[in-house]
This record gives sequence, C-alpha cells and structure tokens, in this order.
Amino acid sequence: MDFFKRHFLVPLIAVLALVAIAYIGVKANLEFVFGVVIPYLAVLIFFEGLIYRIISWARSPVPFKIPTTCAQVRTLPWFKRTIADKLDNPDTRLWTVARMALEVLAFRSLFRNIRSELRRDKDNPEKSRLVYWSYKWLWLGAIAFHYAFLVVILRHIRFFTQPVPHFVTALAEADGFVQFYVPTVYLTGVILVLAVTYLLARRIYTPTLRYLSLAADYFPLLLIISIGVSGILMRYFYKVDIAAVKQLAIGLATLKPVVPAGIGSIFYIHLFLVCVLFVYFPFSKLMHAPGVFFSPTRNLPGDNRWRLHVNPWNYPVKFPDYMHQEDHYREAMIEAGLPVEKEK
Amino acid sequence: MAKIPKPAELIQIDYKLPAKSWMETKADIRPGYYVNAASRKWVELVDYPYPRDWNVAEDDWKLPDNWKEIVLQGMEDRLERFRSLKLFFDICVRCGACADKCHFFLGTGDPKNMPVMRAELMRSVYRRYFKTAGKVLGELAGARDLTEDVLKEWFFYLHQCTICRRCSVFCPYGIDMAEMTLIGRELLSSVGLNIDWAMASVAQCYDRGSHIGATPQAFKDMIDFLAEENERITGISTPVPINKKGAEILFIVPSGDYFADPGTYTLMGYLLLFKYIGLDYTMSTYAAEGGNFGWFVSHEMGKRLNAKMYEEAKRLKVKWILGGECGHMWRVCNQYMPTWFAPVDFLEEPVSPITGTKFETAKLHKMVHISEFTADLFKHGKLKVDPQRNAHIKLTFHDSCNPARAMGLLEEPRYIINQVLPKENFFEMPPNTIREKTFCCGSSAGLNANENMDIRMLGGLPRANAVKYVAEKYGVNHLGCVCALDRATLPTLMQYWVPEVDVTGITEMVGNALIFDDEIERTTDLRDRDLVGFGEEAAEEEEAE
Ligand code: SF4
Ligand code: SF4
Repeated sequence: MDFFKRHFLVPLIAVLALVAIAYIGVKANLEFVFGVVIPYLAVLIFFEGLIYRIISWARSPVPFKIPTTCAQVRTLPWFKRTIADKLDNPDTRLWTVARMALEVLAFRSLFRNIRSELRRDKDNPEKSRLVYWSYKWLWLGAIAFHYAFLVVILRHIRFFTQPVPHFVTALAEADGFVQFYVPTVYLTGVILVLAVTYLLARRIYTPTLRYLSLAADYFPLLLIISIGVSGILMRYFYKVDIAAVKQLAIGLATLKPVVPAGIGSIFYIHLFLVCVLFVYFPFSKLMHAPGVFFSPTRNLPGDNRWRLHVNPWNYPVKFPDYMHQEDHYREAMIEAGLPVEKEK
Repeated sequence: MAKIPKPAELIQIDYKLPAKSWMETKADIRPGYYVNAASRKWVELVDYPYPRDWNVAEDDWKLPDNWKEIVLQGMEDRLERFRSLKLFFDICVRCGACADKCHFFLGTGDPKNMPVMRAELMRSVYRRYFKTAGKVLGELAGARDLTEDVLKEWFFYLHQCTICRRCSVFCPYGIDMAEMTLIGRELLSSVGLNIDWAMASVAQCYDRGSHIGATPQAFKDMIDFLAEENERITGISTPVPINKKGAEILFIVPSGDYFADPGTYTLMGYLLLFKYIGLDYTMSTYAAEGGNFGWFVSHEMGKRLNAKMYEEAKRLKVKWILGGECGHMWRVCNQYMPTWFAPVDFLEEPVSPITGTKFETAKLHKMVHISEFTADLFKHGKLKVDPQRNAHIKLTFHDSCNPARAMGLLEEPRYIINQVLPKENFFEMPPNTIREKTFCCGSSAGLNANENMDIRMLGGLPRANAVKYVAEKYGVNHLGCVCALDRATLPTLMQYWVPEVDVTGITEMVGNALIFDDEIERTTDLRDRDLVGFGEEAAEEEEAE
C-alpha cells in the first residue's frame, strides 16, 4: 500500500471503528460507560493535556525577538505608517495585540495567500513565466469551518443549561434563519460539514498536499466530518429524544449524572466521537489553536532597536579582540600609516 | 557553470510529484545543487567540533561514531532553549499555504523544497525520538529513524533554504522555516558538517577582519583606491579615516562593498556622501565586516562575529555606529545584536550631526541604517542633487529579504530613489513579488558559492522572472538593492535570465547625483559610463546636426 493510501485509509478505518465501538457498546447496554464515564474522562484528559502543553510552551524561553515584519517599520517620524503598517509590523504591545487579534479572528496571514503558476509558452520557452494571483479559497474554507464550529459548540450550550442563556437562543435563531425544513435547519451545521469536506478534498486532490499529508491530517478531518454528519442525522433523520439528551447533559454538567433510557444509539456515537476529539486534541496538531498565541514571529512587536528583549540563557562568547589583529600585522599597519595601540 | 542548462531548458520545471513517498526517497545529492564541505583548517581555526577532510560527493562523510547521540542531544537542548522550535514542530497543520511560496520550490519543483516538507524532514525525527505517538506508531505518525541518509538529506535541503522567511509571511501561525533551518544547521555543524563557503568566510572574518580575509593594509589599500577613483571621476577628494580614535561615528560596511563590483561603486557613493556633509567618521580594520557569515553556521558563531562591532566602537570611543547597505548584516544587527549585548553604555543615542535628528528608534541599539541616515539628510534639504545624472538608469527596486522581512525597512530606500532618480525612471515589480512578499536572490545564507550554480539559478528564477517582466514592459535596465550579497549574487542571476539588467546599490546613485561646489565637469557616472547627453551618443547627435 502506498504512503497516501496508508495514511488515508488507516484513519478512515479508525474512525469507522470508533463508530462501531460506540454502536456495539450501546447495544451491549454500556450506556453508563459511554454516556458518563467516557465523557468525564475525555474532559479531564482534554483540560489536563491542554494545560500541560500550554505551560510547557509558556515556560520555554523566547531567546530573540523575531517578529516577521510584513510592513514598514517605525523609523523616522515623517515616514507615515498606515494602520495596515502598524498591524503588520506592530511597534507597541497594543498593536501587537491587534495583529494577533486579526490573525486569530480573521486569519490575516491566510488571507494574504497567493497562488503561483508557471505559464508555459510552448513555442518560446524563454517567454514562459511564473505568475501569481490572490488565492482566497483556503482562507474561505478555513474561516467557514472554524466559525461554523464555534457557533455549533455555542449552540450546544442549550443542552447543558437550564434556563438557556439568552445569547444561545438568539444565536440559534439567527443560525436557523433560513427556514425550509422542519425542524429548523441550522446553517452552521451544514457549513461545517461542507467546509471540512472541502478541506479534506483539497488534501486528497491537490498533489502537493497529498504528498505531504499524514494520517494525523486525515484523522481529525474524518473525525469532525463524522461528528457533523452524526449530529445532522440525529437532528433531522433518526430523531432522538431531546428531553432525555438534555437530562443527561445537565446531569453531567451538574456532576449528578443520570442515564435516561432510550436515547438512541446515534446519540452515543455522536457523543463518543466528540469524546475522542477531546482526548485527541491536546496531543495533536489541533493544538495550533492555542499555539498560535505563542508564535514568536507574530506575537512580538518590531521594536528591537529601542526596547530591550532579554534572553534568559544569554552567555558570553569567545572572540578575538582588536589586539589579536594588531599583534598579527603591527609592522605592516605602521608602514601603511594606520594608527596602532602599541608601537612595538 | 558549463553544464548548467540554458534558461529555456531550465524554465521547463516539472511540478509533477514523485510516486514514492518522501520517506522512501533518498536525497539525490548531485553536483550543482550543493556547496562543498568545509576544509579542516577553517573549522580548526574557529575551534568548532570534528574538523576533518570530507567530501559531499563521497558516500562516507566521516561522521564521528556517536553522531546520532550528538544530534539528538543537540535537538533536545534546542527544544528547551527555543520556544520557536518546539512550537513550530508541534503546531503546523500542513495546510500547504507555504508550499508554493519558496523560491526553491518554484524554481526546482522538488517537493522537499516546500517549506512545510523541509520542516518535516526534521520534524519526523523529532516525532520519532521525542513524541509518544511517533515512538509507538512510527511511520504512521510521520516519524522516522535518524539515519545517515536522513542526516544527509538535512544537509542537502537545509542548505537549499536561504533563510529568507517568505514562507513565514503566509503561514497562518507564522511558522518560520528560516528559524528551523538555522537550528538544523547548528545541529549539522555540531557533527562537523559545515559548508566551505560559509566556514571559510567565518574563519577569516574571525581571525582577521573581514570575510575575504583582507589584511588591515589591504583593507586600507582597497578603500584608498576607491577614494582615488572618486577623485578621478568627480574631482573631489574623499580620504577615509581608518581606525581613527575619537571620531564621532564608526561606519561599518559589508566587505562586498570594498572588494567586488558593483558593490565598490556603492562604497564610492558612501565616501562622496560623507565628504559632502563633512561627517566625522572612521572605518575600522578590525570591525571590517558588516555581513555576518557566522549566523549562517550557528547563533553562537553569529554572536562571536557580531561582538566585534561594539568592541571596536568602544575602543575607538565613537558615539554611535552607522551601518552600510547589507541585508543579513541588518538581520543580525536588528534581530539579535541588542539582545546579545545590550545595554550598551559606552555609546550614545544616535543623533545626526548634520540635521540634529535623534534616531529614537535606535536608542537602545545605537546603530543606524545608512538608508535612514540618508533619507533624513534629504528630508532636511542637506543634499543638493541632480537626478538627471542617473537618467541612464531605469530602475526597479529589489527589497532584500532580510531588511524587508526581519526589519520592515521598505520606504527609506524608495524615498532616496525618488530624490536621486528622475521620477519617470522608477518602476516597481508586480506587487506579489516585492515588499514583504519579495523574492530572494536565491544565493544568500551560505549559498553564494560557484559549485552550486544550478540551484542558484533555479532558486533565483522567481526574482529574475519578476525583473524580466518590468524589463520587457518598461525597459528597466537596473535592479537596485540595499544588500551587498545581492550585489554579489544578482549580477550572475541577471546575466543568466535577464542579461540586459545591471545591479546597483542605492548609495551609488546618491554619490552619482550629488552636486559638489568644486567638482569637475561630470561626464560619466561612478562606473565610467557616459551620462545622458555626453559621450558617443551625444557626439553622434552633434554630428547629425
Ligand atoms: S503554512 Fe504553516 S501551518 Fe501551513 S503547512 Fe506551512 S508551515 Fe504548516
Ligand atoms: S525561509 Fe525562504 S528559502 Fe527557506 S523555506 Fe522559507 S521560503 Fe524557502
């Protein structure tokens, strides 16, 4: 089996296996395990792993101030800097925070993405040239996915709360704005699945991406697709008992877990996949989410020449001093009329 | 260079990907794509580990027996010391946004030149030895053993990265391959795998004054010669104070500016400028190199060489330091120097003695870039120039990677260009190839040797391609830059891809345009080329009349 197939099929099989495990588990009346034990464990592992990783990054030193400067630096006051300049090459903490905010909330760097292509001229290869154009599809796919995911997560708060906070109801209403099906179709759920499918498809169809992708890239995508699909199935097709689901959720949230009967296997599959995602998160590339905040090329201001940055492991180095040179060349230097420290 | 294909053949880049996975393909270390191994003597001179005679082309690289432990230990150390490394290893999502941003990938089509893949070459080893998943799942987790082939692959591909940072601009997390390349090269160096071009420069710079290994007297000769050239062409004598104690300013240039064309013309420009404003400055035979080749080897070596600048400023009791047009010199000076040595209490906050401008943004560093300095002079009307003297130049400007992406110095050179060049003679390259998106010359960071011409020409293709575009469209005949390595590498690149384009520093054009009261009639530029309205062309016109 070649590299791509191996790295694609193994995660695919793994996700299917996870679905099967949950299904069999519930059929074997292990609702308590899948409804209570595993969710608690997953949340525990998630937070512990997350905190551990974040602390380990936060603790490691940033020896040098190495921001990428994507715009004019602040030098002489009469070189006017636009807001864009300040955002892409921030000179103060405040602007740096703004840069990060733009990065995190709007995916600024991806927005800048360009594509390149070699336009071949068959008759005259000399005339072949590389061309570049703005390319925003990846940005669009990524931002659609992330925001849809966020809204979906927020919407789920209604299961864990009683009464449901106002903003969650409002969000759900806005989300279900387009009504063409009963129950109301939440657009974000659909967008989520479509966006992840796009991200998966581009990985498989773009040769360069297929070449560099690993199982660790396909697994989370497949997992999230399955979560989305199982959620949609549960909501619109294999209806589950919402009241019972809420009872379970509130029980979990209030640490008084109860397992109501007859929720339906599809719910447990959905829940189990979510648990797996929680557990997987801190040990995988999904850590890019908290990681982006720690990136020294983005979270530091470009003020190197006027504000001191301390390297905690800075140490003195050996280098030959001026006398090393003069001792070597004294006579010749005197002859050439160069001043010297010692005449002989 | 004989075997290097013609441009027409070279542009037939094949972006098709190999069927076999990257883990199963060994690096094809072929001539023209690598730089020679460092000679034993250079490694010995700087006291670096495992000096030996070895050859990249041979199978046996004569590694020390415990090379693997050394590399892994080195990796562990650096994971602890650099958050960047740890984080960049962990959070890449392999989205591929950086893939087609690297000039080496665009030029060669070799998938391992995609920045994300270049990182995977190292990351796979990190996973194998430092991550549980990699230890357990092996290949399936993207992990692989550190074998000699893998190490060779590192050597091959880490020296096909010019640390230009273009990939970092586009990465959603700012993952910077340049940072990883630097650290990877440190690891290679720790088992004695160095390249000659960088190590020879380092050793000579370390032991003498400049990377070309010029003796103090030779240094003086070269500078004096250029001063005489100035006098011959302009009638203005521009003597240069060297090692002068108590001068106000220490001026440090990259050595490329005094020993090789066309950098020398830029140096002539500096001298004319300083003469014009009557600057009290000195150059130094000891801190005779701005370009820091040590940084191509390791952070530590970068610091060793950089230390000489402040050291000499202290000895000569100057007030502050002025730095010439050089790319990686400024990357090092801007990104590391203040952290390495600050606070520097023996220097003063830089103030222009001519305009009184305080360079507040350099108050910690105490070092000013020549472009800032000159732009300030123009702003205050201190320089009288005749832009028509540069009328034979149709210019486009190359933002050198280092000042652009490690500093953000974009406007200063353009401001100066607009003062010294007729307005209608300046043309920008397409927006996706300049400023923070600028393309590397393809030969910096220790690649500017002669044995690796293929990769240099291929890596430089995207830059050359953009220049060619403006050359064809607007008749551009000069490529301006503020980097000495560019002045060393771009002429070769231009000759290959766009032969009608010459390379020029910006201060060269300043020197050419300056009007001195007591100058002789100027009929040529600093390169002895006829000015518009003089020489054969003019003579022909006269005859015709
Ligand atoms: S752009 Fe960044 S996250 Fe995406 S593949 Fe490249 S290095 Fe990884
Ligand atoms: S730093 Fe430059 S040369 Fe190196 S991988 Fe990134 S784009 Fe390529």
